[in-house]
Amino acid sequence: MPGKLKVKIVAGRHLPVMDRASDLTDAFVEVKFGNTTFKTDVYLKSLNPQWNSEWFKFEVDDEDLQDEPLQITVLDHDTYSANDAIGKVYIDIDPLLYSEAATVISGWFPIYDTIHGIRGEINVVVKVDLFNDLNRFRQSSCGVKFFCTTSIPKCYRAVIIHGFVEELVVNEDPEYQWIDRIRTPRASNEARQRLISLMSGELQRKIGLKVLEMRGNAVVGYLQCFDLEGESGLVVRAIGTACTLDKLSSPAAFLPACNSPSKEMKESPLAHPPSHGCRSTHNSPIHTATGSRLTQNFSVSVPTLIYTGMGSGSAGKEGGPFKALLRQQTQSALEQREFPFFTLTAFPPGFLVHVGGVVSARSVKLLDRIHNPDEPETRDAWWAEIRQEIKSHAKALGCHAVVGYSESTSICEEVCILSASGTAAVLNPRFLQDGTVEGCLEQRIEENLPAGCGFCHIPYDELNMPFPAHLTYCYNCRKQKVPDVLFTTIDLPTDATVVGKGCLIQARLCRLKKKAQAEANATAISNLLPFMEYEVHTQLMNKLKLKGMNALFGLRIQITVGENMLMGLASATAVYLAALPMPGGIQIAGKTPSDGSYEQHISHMQKKISDTIAKNKELYEINPPEISEEIIGSPIPEPKQRSRLLRSQSESSDEVTELDLSHGKKDAFVLEIDDTDAMEDVHSLLTDVPPPSGFYSCNTEIMPGINNWTSEIQMFTSVRVIRLSSLNLTNQALNKNFNDLCENLLKSLYFKLRSMIPCCLCHVNFTVSLPEDELIQVTVTAVAITFDKNQALQTTKTHIEKSLQRASTDNEELLQFPLELCSDSLPSHPFPPAKEHLESARSNSGIPAAQRATSVDYSSFADRCSSWIELIKLKAQTIRRGSIKTTVTVEKASPMGEGNFRNRSAPPCANSTVGVVKMTPLSFIPGAKITKYLGIINMFFIRETTSLREEGGVSGFLHAFIAEVFAMVRAHVAALGGNAVVSYIMKQCVFMENPNKNQAQCLINVSGDAVIFVRESELEVISTQQPTANCQQSCAGGEVTT
Amino acid sequence: MTSELDIFVGNTTLIDEEVYRLWLDGYSVSDAVALRVRAGILEQTGATAAVLQSDTMDHYRTFHMLERLLHAPPKLLHQLVFQIPPSRQALLIERYYAFDEAFVREVLGKKLSKGTKKDLDDISAKTGITLKSCRRQFDNFKRVFKVVEEMRGSLADNIQQHFLFSDRLARDYAAIVFFANNRFETAKKKLQYLSFGDFAFCAELMIQNWTLGAVGEAPSKPDSQVDDMDMDLDKEFLQDLKELKVLVADKDLLDLHKSLVCTALRGKLGVFSEMEANFKNLSRGLVNVAAKLTHNKDVRDLFVDLVEKVHLGPQFVEPCRSDHWPLGDVRLFLNQYSVTVHSLDGFRHQALWDRYMDTLRGCLLRLYHD
Repeated sequence: MPGKLKVKIVAGRHLPVMDRASDLTDAFVEVKFGNTTFKTDVYLKSLNPQWNSEWFKFEVDDEDLQDEPLQITVLDHDTYSANDAIGKVYIDIDPLLYSEAATVISGWFPIYDTIHGIRGEINVVVKVDLFNDLNRFRQSSCGVKFFCTTSIPKCYRAVIIHGFVEELVVNEDPEYQWIDRIRTPRASNEARQRLISLMSGELQRKIGLKVLEMRGNAVVGYLQCFDLEGESGLVVRAIGTACTLDKLSSPAAFLPACNSPSKEMKESPLAHPPSHGCRSTHNSPIHTATGSRLTQNFSVSVPTLIYTGMGSGSAGKEGGPFKALLRQQTQSALEQREFPFFTLTAFPPGFLVHVGGVVSARSVKLLDRIHNPDEPETRDAWWAEIRQEIKSHAKALGCHAVVGYSESTSICEEVCILSASGTAAVLNPRFLQDGTVEGCLEQRIEENLPAGCGFCHIPYDELNMPFPAHLTYCYNCRKQKVPDVLFTTIDLPTDATVVGKGCLIQARLCRLKKKAQAEANATAISNLLPFMEYEVHTQLMNKLKLKGMNALFGLRIQITVGENMLMGLASATAVYLAALPMPGGIQIAGKTPSDGSYEQHISHMQKKISDTIAKNKELYEINPPEISEEIIGSPIPEPKQRSRLLRSQSESSDEVTELDLSHGKKDAFVLEIDDTDAMEDVHSLLTDVPPPSGFYSCNTEIMPGINNWTSEIQMFTSVRVIRLSSLNLTNQALNKNFNDLCENLLKSLYFKLRSMIPCCLCHVNFTVSLPEDELIQVTVTAVAITFDKNQALQTTKTHIEKSLQRASTDNEELLQFPLELCSDSLPSHPFPPAKEHLESARSNSGIPAAQRATSVDYSSFADRCSSWIELIKLKAQTIRRGSIKTTVTVEKASPMGEGNFRNRSAPPCANSTVGVVKMTPLSFIPGAKITKYLGIINMFFIRETTSLREEGGVSGFLHAFIAEVFAMVRAHVAALGGNAVVSYIMKQCVFMENPNKNQAQCLINVSGDAVIFVRESELEVISTQQPTANCQQSCAGGEVTT
Repeated sequence: MTSELDIFVGNTTLIDEEVYRLWLDGYSVSDAVALRVRAGILEQTGATAAVLQSDTMDHYRTFHMLERLLHAPPKLLHQLVFQIPPSRQALLIERYYAFDEAFVREVLGKKLSKGTKKDLDDISAKTGITLKSCRRQFDNFKRVFKVVEEMRGSLADNIQQHFLFSDRLARDYAAIVFFANNRFETAKKKLQYLSFGDFAFCAELMIQNWTLGAVGEAPSKPDSQVDDMDMDLDKEFLQDLKELKVLVADKDLLDLHKSLVCTALRGKLGVFSEMEANFKNLSRGLVNVAAKLTHNKDVRDLFVDLVEKVHLGPQFVEPCRSDHWPLGDVRLFLNQYSVTVHSLDGFRHQALWDRYMDTLRGCLLRLYHD
């Protein structure tokens, strides 16, 4: 009986007019928790009621505290008829249940109605008094912290990383209950929202219990998903990584553990290395299940790839006894676990030892119609099966663990594809147990693993390779073997040595499928899957080569099932790892060498491809140091191996190996053009347009090769739906449509965000769904972060800069008195650095001005200005005033006379009560330090309309809804006392429309971690105060003159 | 392949000033796209027409959603749906309520009624401003008018408080509201040379001195319920202005006034002889304008009277202009003319005179240009 929940309703504002006669509203509020309801007084005739209620107190079990949301309903009092609901607010009080998070929830919440959207706001204060619980058999798990972030949260240290936790709960979907036929859409939506809120509370509590059992105190990388299975029900499932975390209390403690705060960004991608190769299985053959099972729980799932001779304990030649020892220890640590999986994508230093490659498994299931909510066992069994498969794949790769692990589903009618993927890896046992066992081992690990390449070294036995691959000695340490390419689902480890910059690559694929029912449908799908997966992989490989790079990080392959087609979309960030061999080019080989014009065509294509590769190398600054062949040693003799994976299903591709590889490098990648399909493929390779200059993109946390982020960030969601013309759809046309859709979407993003140049789109997350027969929906969420071009130059030319700097300070000393002299000599370059900066600064800010682009955030623009003004000052204090003036005029050219507006209208606007809340899918905020995690945000909304046209059509409807969702997330964060959401993710955006009936419905599920951050500039007040003040003055001066 | 749905939602709402301007100017999406293309944006950015179309649509949709909030700017500040930095909010408001000089000259002083709204077609055709933009501007005037109509206190302050305008814009709107309320005629051909700025300047002076709210000036009923209305002229004051007639009706007073002025200005005025010859006409004109303000209809014609001849003879502004008095001379004369009245012993309405003449002098000097 351990908790008292206290709620106070303070006031409302901007309420809608509920009484047409008076244009006013008589509002009151119902506060409900569990089965208890309180009411405020009716506040007559006002759109801004001041209730100032007493404290409503609920005495409840902590089990309920965890499961139940606080439900606040605002109503309009009506004397004669039923009271009309204005809207509701659901508040998850979980953040109040653990001591380190928020202590009070207080603020303005948007009042939300599933039919009308946001209708005004309500000010609420919520507190919880928790009593000590002495009951050992409790069902609650208050106190376990949850994080969406897939790395160890910034202000914590991982003591032990326990491992995988998972849970799922099922229920009937209220939308499909019989009662739905007689209740209003609003009631049905609300029932659904409430149910899901309850289920996720329950799920979180159950996972918490598992964590406590493991003696952990937190879940990191918590990912919760909904499966809307329609008639068969609603599944809420979650996975995460249980950890024991220690709070780093003082900043001093923070430093040693996580690098200095100023380097925080670097540290954020704390992470881990690559793996190589991609291994995946499909379950094509049909499981011979018993007849009765087949109807109720039809399952198509059998692992196809069986590797020979991969004893899990076997040691490679290179690794010697040490490797074996390590493996044994890790194994013992992991063996107790059913699934040695980790949802983390970035790890503490030293955690990740080797990376094997991507492992994935899919299985096609028929949803059973008869569904018993009390027995989630079926779904549990499905997932257990898949996880087993993943585990065995990892084993085959000589790995004992899977990192960067995730699960997903795609449902269409009664068919469901379950997918799981991750990166097979060998981990350092140090973090996995309380153990004090190691000691010497630890040291050896550190000695033996050269930084920056260790993770690339193969964990498996080279004589018994699980799949064909080229092995060479590591280009970094030259001691161990590395594969020629490495595919992983994790972020790039911080210590990895990368050449140049990375880039986003995508493989896109559609396959038509006959409409079918039940088993036939499932069989058709499972027959298609291996081919899709194979082709996705081929595309990825080709595009990787085309970029001149050799590794993929953050690989995410999504297969979506629709009525009449399957879509595959793979996104990853390509990089050039210095430890891996240089990728060969792409060779095109024609099949019929006789025809002259054909030959010509081929050679023309070849040239185009080679040009593209060269161009890409330049674009992404890939110039690895040349290494002569001798040093590397001869490539490992290889049995005539195919250079690609996943070959087994596709006979035709075997021919590749027999082609003449004589021209070009030995390891050149050969594309064979033997039919029009192949031709299409090659063409489509070349259609991907690189982002405009000044833009980079990646789907990992940060962009490899860029480390000088500035503070401006813009998170966004973009949704597109296209309707395919149903006539004569072919795979090719479909592919082209899909490809164009994605490419155009990216182009639009680049255009929209052009004012932020130079910037990088990070964590670009594409989601594909097929809401109807001829509709394809693509949803993208990402964050654009600006970075400093000048500093980038500096880091690459550090030594030059340094000497220049010295030169300029020297000059300064010399020139203290002869100021005029200095101005005279300016044109004759005595201070090249100063000039350079001026110019670059101009071009920097000139871009947005010239393009008249959308400017996102003034203050950061000012920041940018000030930072380069600062630079100018630093580098060339000797420049006479005249040249500073030029900087002022540059500012004038900046978008509009901002100064004017600010000066004039600052007073009326300054009283804005709405604090800024940043949102980002990343785990960090550039230029800032996260000081506190306030709790997890996990929200589910439904919006429905019966007046679609009036709300601006589908675009207007969804645009408004997404904006409202953002607003509600921000309001909850602000009420917790936070100023940002990190690791934000939109997990679901299900959109359905019926234009004929003028109706549409959308479901959105988002989550993230609410945090408090502090700007680094504010932290380092002392060191920067003076220059900042100076430059603010000069900025202000500039503004006034405009 | 057609795009069914295409949206972009940022955590910080993106505002493209260029597109905002096009939207405010009332262009359709396709016109706006065409104009952007013509401005060379495709070349600058390497974007395609489809991208531009989608971007423009998106911004238009955002503006459309913001429009409801812009109708009550404090709502824009407190709403939670669109996260917009304060400087951008100010920009949105300021631009939304900005008006075209050509448009405001057409409706200045007209009743902000449905009737006028019907004429917007003609105004649009005449000024080349799109009908949509005309409607927005008209509705803005009307909205501000409705909100501040019944309020006490300073007109400009009320407007600023309820619409969060900059000082400048608030003052402009005060003038618009004031003119609409008093229905001053501004459309006559003779008045065409005057800019909105000229009228706004005069409006400000009149609000300061001639209204019920003019500080402490109201000679009676200081605590009446309407005592701080900035919008209506002080009726009592207007009635009292008849008393000034004595300045021209009383021959002695007129002669004395003339001699005093002439003595003071001799040698200082380039146009001294013209002034001397015309003094009586000038003085008559100035005083008669005051005396006429008793009737509502004449109040409306104030500016016409100031500029144009009426049956009493040549009025002030026009004659001076036709004789090309330099502005400096006009100022000297008016100053002297109004100050000298204090030396006329027989004249008892000094305070009234100052209240009238200080404002009128300011207006005349402003109106005195080509």
